Amino acid sequence: MDVMTQLQRQWREHTAYLRKEGYLDDQFEQLQKLQDENSPDFVAEVVSIFFDDSEKLLNNMARALEQKVVDFKQVDAHVHQFKGSSASIGAMRVKNLCIEFRNHCEAQSLEECVRCLRKLQYEYSLLKNQLEYLFKLEQQIRAAVV
Amino acid sequence: MLEPPTKITALVVDDDTINQMIHHRLLDNLGIRNQVVRNGKEAIDVHCSGKNFDLILMDMEMPVMNGIEATRKLRAMGIRSMIAGVSTNTRERENFMKAGLDDYQEKPLTTSKLVSILHKVHKDG
Repeated sequence: MDVMTQLQRQWREHTAYLRKEGYLDDQFEQLQKLQDENSPDFVAEVVSIFFDDSEKLLNNMARALEQKVVDFKQVDAHVHQFKGSSASIGAMRVKNLCIEFRNHCEAQSLEECVRCLRKLQYEYSLLKNQLEYLFKLEQQIRAAVV
Repeated sequence: MLEPPTKITALVVDDDTINQMIHHRLLDNLGIRNQVVRNGKEAIDVHCSGKNFDLILMDMEMPVMNGIEATRKLRAMGIRSMIAGVSTNTRERENFMKAGLDDYQEKPLTTSKLVSILHKVHKDG
């Protein structure tokens, strides 16, 4: 099997794996459909912005939860934004954790919020690794066309 | 070069960069010329500058001026473009519709949701 075919198979298998494990849902496929010769890096660009936004929001949540008097509405606002952006790129597991997190914000439970934030940070870093691997494969496929 | 008058134009009103990119690309893909603004006030301003659009995709929660207020203001200004609310906030959906929406779709937008909105766009003067 030549390199190209092998890489393409790896890409397909990895995408299927991410869907199966629930990292990504249909929305990610919608984004992939929007990518074409006119916009060959569309998905990577959107995801790159998502990474920047996410890291900012996670920091904001952490800082908000460290305050002497926690403003749960402020924490919730950050989680709400994170939920929106993760839904927009199809990051299902992250999005679902955000939904859970918002419930804890509403209940104003600091302990649960802190625990949820840790889970969210972990889940986000897993997703980031998985997507970066996927994009690396794509780069290799494009390089193999030469 | 003269633009054929039957081309549909759209305005994306959303404060989130990711949604802006996705909605802009969705519209581009369907051959719809579109502009992006970041909040309700910018949407009002762009209309005050004399621009008009066949379709407005209006996010609900935005800083400076939210989608509900912007929709009300645009209708009060006599703007009769198709305004489709795009949001995740189901609690405010009724208020949003009452403000003057023609349609409402849950985020995230997809090509098929956009196509269903477009079927309702009237292209009259």
